[in-house]
Amino acid sequence: MSTHTESHTHHGGPKIYTANLFALLFLTIITVAAASFNFGSANVVIALAIASVKAILVGLFFMHLIWDKPVNAIVIIAGFLFLGIFLMFDFLDVTTRDGMQPRNMPVMENATPVPDTMNPLKAAPPKPLEPAPAAPEEHK
Amino acid sequence: MEPAVTSGARIGDRPRPKKNYLNETKGFKSWALTVDHKRIGIMYLVGTMIAFLLGGIFALLVRLTLLTPQHTMFGIQVTAETYNRFFTLHGAIMVFLFIIPSIPGSVTNFVLPLMIGAKDVAFPRINLASFYLWVVGAIMAVASMVIGAVDTGWTFYTPYSTSGTSSTVTLMTAAVFVLGFSSIFTGLNFIATVHKLRAPGMGWFDMPLFVWGMYSTAVIQVLATPVLGITLVLLMMERVFRIGIFDSRIGGDPVLFQHFFWFYSHPAVYIMILPGLAIISELIPTFSRKTMFGYRAIAYSSVSLALLSFIVWGHHMFVAGQSQLATVVFSALTFLVAIPSGVKVFNWLTTMYKGNISLEAPMLYAISFLMLFAIGGLTGIFLGTLSTDVHLTDTYFVVAHFHYVMMGSTVTAFIGGLHYWWPKMTGRMYSEKWARWAAVLWFIGFNATFLPQFILGSRGMPRRYYNYLDQFQPLHAFSTVGSWIIGLSLFMSAAYLLASLRKPMDAPDNPWGGTTMEWQTSSPPITHNFEEAPVLEHEPYDYRPKAVAH
Amino acid sequence: MSTSSTSDVHAHGGHGEHEHNPHHQHHFATMEQQFDTSKLGMWLFLATEILLFGGLFVGFGLMQHRYPREFVEAHEHLKQLVFGQHFPLYGALNTIVLLVSSWTMVMGVNAAQTNQKQKTVRYLVLTILLACVFLVVKYVEYEHKFADHLLPGIFYGHQAEDLIKGTHGYATFFSFYFMMTGLHGIHVLVGIGLLGWLVMRARRGEFSSDYYTPVDLVGLYWHIVDMIWIYLFPLYYLIS
Repeated sequence: MSTHTESHTHHGGPKIYTANLFALLFLTIITVAAASFNFGSANVVIALAIASVKAILVGLFFMHLIWDKPVNAIVIIAGFLFLGIFLMFDFLDVTTRDGMQPRNMPVMENATPVPDTMNPLKAAPPKPLEPAPAAPEEHK
Repeated sequence: MEPAVTSGARIGDRPRPKKNYLNETKGFKSWALTVDHKRIGIMYLVGTMIAFLLGGIFALLVRLTLLTPQHTMFGIQVTAETYNRFFTLHGAIMVFLFIIPSIPGSVTNFVLPLMIGAKDVAFPRINLASFYLWVVGAIMAVASMVIGAVDTGWTFYTPYSTSGTSSTVTLMTAAVFVLGFSSIFTGLNFIATVHKLRAPGMGWFDMPLFVWGMYSTAVIQVLATPVLGITLVLLMMERVFRIGIFDSRIGGDPVLFQHFFWFYSHPAVYIMILPGLAIISELIPTFSRKTMFGYRAIAYSSVSLALLSFIVWGHHMFVAGQSQLATVVFSALTFLVAIPSGVKVFNWLTTMYKGNISLEAPMLYAISFLMLFAIGGLTGIFLGTLSTDVHLTDTYFVVAHFHYVMMGSTVTAFIGGLHYWWPKMTGRMYSEKWARWAAVLWFIGFNATFLPQFILGSRGMPRRYYNYLDQFQPLHAFSTVGSWIIGLSLFMSAAYLLASLRKPMDAPDNPWGGTTMEWQTSSPPITHNFEEAPVLEHEPYDYRPKAVAH
Repeated sequence: MSTSSTSDVHAHGGHGEHEHNPHHQHHFATMEQQFDTSKLGMWLFLATEILLFGGLFVGFGLMQHRYPREFVEAHEHLKQLVFGQHFPLYGALNTIVLLVSSWTMVMGVNAAQTNQKQKTVRYLVLTILLACVFLVVKYVEYEHKFADHLLPGIFYGHQAEDLIKGTHGYATFFSFYFMMTGLHGIHVLVGIGLLGWLVMRARRGEFSSDYYTPVDLVGLYWHIVDMIWIYLFPLYYLIS
């Protein structure tokens, strides 16, 4: 005996899905067009913002989140949220290296500075690696 | 022990059902292809106990090597490479094959559906799949040990693991990858079960606190383990194809590996401790015969621990080359994560205060837990504080800290829970006298092994070293003897628990006077768990005196 | 626990279970509870996929921060000459293909939900065809990379030039390119397998308004595969 046809067939439907597809295709055109302009460091932000709008449209309408119980949406949002935490703290580390220096250790004033050879960001080009195995016959 | 509560089922008066989940169907296939959460729980119990034994043997080998400063064992020289393998295998087996899968796979699998009045978990076939994934991962891990045992430490730090060692890193990381999926499936199953299969009338705040703890564990399993998966894939790619992400000689960043690794592995240690905390939340009210004080506080603290565990991983990397700012931020956040643990301990103590306490073996383990977890948790603060961590990191202080929380807390709780639910799972009572002696020996042996290690660490003894200065020998020797006492206690426990299986099945439905739903069914339960649908009639842990008969 | 319990948790379908749905698993009280739970289970699995791929995105992002110039230059290799302009033709084509395949997928779910067996099969087959187009375009893209020796890790063929420039950034970019598109491609392949299985079952008439759970769940999986590409596309093909 069907127990869920009442609630589920009234949701969604070909009209909404087709409208969603056109919205997504339109946004794709927008994002490709936007890429031909240079907004500097905002390039990545704009691209990801448009991508996120597309992702939200896929999630809400194709994946039915707008008609489902909220627990499903909470689950996937949690996934993105914790991914965001991972990204944010890693970027915090990587973008602030060489930043804060300790100030409470007077001996630092007389310490030998870290030589450039030991600083991977300023090192000289590394020694040649072993040749790649089974290298192709001709190189460009 | 008169049960203090009544329910729709008559406890004690009811005749024991002839068929239960153990004897209803027989034969290898009925176990190998079972989808009954109780049978899967038993299989997980057997498997993880074997892993515990294997990991324990490596632990004994480590301690034997450290009995003398010259790394000899029974007169034979232990080489550095061999010692590296000893502690790596001890760590990897214990973490991935034992601690993470054991409580969720065995105790929780068995008890959780009973506690919420369900017939099974949400996805029984996925439950079986998660067990077989564990088996495959275990076989791969053992194979990697036999072929060329890993020597990188269980943390697989690069660049040694990608370019320095010739041991079977790839096979072991593949094994851990498989084990990770076993963990994910288990967590996924429990989340769906708790959301959807609670008995009618059981709201979230009517559930036992064990369920809250296991739900929180499951959230971490689902959200953190995939990052371990991709970390291991990247490690294998770096090792085999030299893609240039973790090895600085080819343009990578070794600290990046540590970020990837610890983003999972710190929440993982909460996968290890939360089930232990969940078990204690069951033992304390039952053996204090008192309503749990601060039910909501404990429930919320379980969830907060799960969520906060995701934002502190950098405290494993204070001296690794992380930026100063990140270090400071992670240290501050680490202090936050200690708060929910404290909330739990205070609520448990308040529950016990003026309670009618009885000191059966499960309660002895629970009381041990309170003391050992206090020490483990507080020493974590020493390590979270930057100025002290600079001196204590990578010393035996860290080793002692994590053994106090992983072994002194989680394993203690596990053993206590095993005793508590033993009659429910097997239908037999174990020998209470032997059990109490083993519990006392466990407490003595554990402290003898690990308390000296705090001192060793603060005096400068580094971890993962196979030799040491002569002045450290007395403490090391004391610690090694302690490890033998632990072994004796565990051997005793195994012996009397297994011996109990030869007795007839005569355990009562509710030997301890527990108030949660699993005690409303027979010991052991029938295959479908409840003969009549269980009805929730009272608040959780309601030990108020009330009129008995129905 | 009897299925006709007095306290029916779900208010829908309160008119009792007279026929027994052959797909009803007995630890669930009602089919609706079973369907809702299956969906929750799939969403939990999809959250793990987000974190799995997400790890690669994080690694890519951090490496891009480490080698900003090299990554921007390497992006040019993912573009093709179209009417004299550098344009990410294959990338854009694949994006459109996947978006349309998401549409055919959800139309297939809708058809199964409304007892339209022929339409269900047709839409599922269309989804498979579009997925195959995606893989073919991917193969063409990879072919170009092989020809230029722009390969991951030890197969990278431009080490000598990179040494002169003094950087590993280009090699790292291509390692990530192959890992991410490769893992995504594997997921597309698995999706094709699942869709093929659905086609077989649909042709046997196994799906109806009473039971279309597998179609719905595979649909959710397919949409996540599309969603991952939605993020992959701008990061790899559009940054310049």
